[in-house]
Amino acid sequence: MHFERASNHTWRKIKSTLASTIAFVSAILVIAPLGLVFFHLLVNGAGSVNWDFFTKLPAPVGAVGGGMVNAIVGSLELLALAGAIGIPVGVLGGVYLAEYGSARINLVLRFLADVLNGVPSITWGVVVYGLVVLRFKGFSAYAGGLALSLIMIPLILRTTEEVVLLVPNGYREAALALGVSRWKMIVHIVMKTASKGIITGILLALARVGGETAPLLFTAFGNRFWNHSLSQPIAALPLQIFTYAISPYDDWHRQAWAGALVLVTGVFCVNIIVRILTRGRSASVV
Amino acid sequence: MDRVDRPAEPMRAEEAVSACTFRIKNLSIWYGEKRAIDDVTLDIASNAVTAIIGPSGCGKSTFIRSLNRMHELVPRTRVEGTVLLQGEDLYSSDVDPAIVRRRVGMVFQKSNPFPTMSIGENVIIGLRLNGVRNQKFLNERLEKSLRMAALWDEVKDDLHKSGTSLSGGQQQRLCIARALAVEPEVLLMDEPCSALDPIATAKIEELIYELKTNFTIVTVTHNMQQAGRISDYTAFFYLGRLIEFGLTTKIFTNPSQKQTEDYITGRFG
Repeated sequence: MHFERASNHTWRKIKSTLASTIAFVSAILVIAPLGLVFFHLLVNGAGSVNWDFFTKLPAPVGAVGGGMVNAIVGSLELLALAGAIGIPVGVLGGVYLAEYGSARINLVLRFLADVLNGVPSITWGVVVYGLVVLRFKGFSAYAGGLALSLIMIPLILRTTEEVVLLVPNGYREAALALGVSRWKMIVHIVMKTASKGIITGILLALARVGGETAPLLFTAFGNRFWNHSLSQPIAALPLQIFTYAISPYDDWHRQAWAGALVLVTGVFCVNIIVRILTRGRSASVV
Repeated sequence: MDRVDRPAEPMRAEEAVSACTFRIKNLSIWYGEKRAIDDVTLDIASNAVTAIIGPSGCGKSTFIRSLNRMHELVPRTRVEGTVLLQGEDLYSSDVDPAIVRRRVGMVFQKSNPFPTMSIGENVIIGLRLNGVRNQKFLNERLEKSLRMAALWDEVKDDLHKSGTSLSGGQQQRLCIARALAVEPEVLLMDEPCSALDPIATAKIEELIYELKTNFTIVTVTHNMQQAGRISDYTAFFYLGRLIEFGLTTKIFTNPSQKQTEDYITGRFG
């Protein structure tokens, strides 16, 4: 056996360096926009994020100060509504795909879920507008929550299916061999083993819809005051940012920047929580 | 495929006739179109160890799994013939597989303690999921099962630790304790030592020897010496058929079938 010639070796080294450099630059290009967004938000919005922002209602045009407390609370209410519908349907649907169902039906369901994941979010707003808003003659928190939940369902369904499929079959067999019924095996063994992955999927879906604006335009509609009934229009942070950003007032622009900063920070925190959750014990899945 | 010469009478171990846990008659099992078990008839003696041997793909695992209906987890399986457990047909239409499995426990090739549970929780999970709530009873059964699995002294101070923190051999004994906790009548073991080192294997073998005073044990093994050491009866399977069945001492010293002798002496398989 011969060693390769030195020149060949040098050329390989150059190729290797080149490849890793390109990969490094690409990685920087991916991260850079996030850094720029954060930097920009901090520069423009940090000054307006203060106690009032979190505690006061929006001020009338011309008046100084005011905050977005109604929008922050409204967003949380919408997320709660969306979660109440989207989490059970998404999780149970994902478990069905992974544990039950015939191969052919599952193929169709999986394909449909992937198509749903690709539907532009404004479409969901229009769908809910047609199905709910027109029928009940009014924008409402319910309609907004429903629109958001429709976006969440395919997301949660697919991540749940994936993490449940990752649970080794040995655990299912071990549980069944103890004389445990199938649904108890699925709930207490499979879902428990996959719980971190499932929770991660839920949190990521919540973070995703928390920033959605388009589906809320014709459903939750927005509200400059407190929402006193879920069957009435409700404010949401992304909507408020949208309204303020397209307004002609400098004061509102500053508030929009602050709102965007709060929103991005919130999403960022959720992602960090997901990171911490998924680090966990080595034994668990995902 | 050559037809294998078979005695016309069902094969029975000489001493198994009186007290047997399983009576298996003309059992055939299909996976889709493929016949994995072909017309097997044998009795499995109570409070004894029966070893199932044979080359890979001969139906050993399918056979042992058919004794607690675990093979049904594979879609499109079909069973013909009867498997009587203490006289009751496992495959009768009114029998719930979950009840069968409570009576016929199973230990697998790869140890599989539940990763989200502590050592203690692993042992009593079968009882808890079957509706037992009495904490005192659970604690008693926990200790009893771990003692029977010869693991109590090693883990009694670490019951809250994760089951996966144990060594491979300990994990397998934990799985045995978990299976014993629901108090089955039979313990099926599908190559329980094949992933273990010789010392851990020796411990499991010793354990099997002790457990047979209380349980009927059926074990699949690829290891001839192990079958010789631990079993009272041996069944040799080949291509889904039962070629020979009898006392282990006889099978290993004076087999009546040429194929059995060839396999045991390592000439094929």
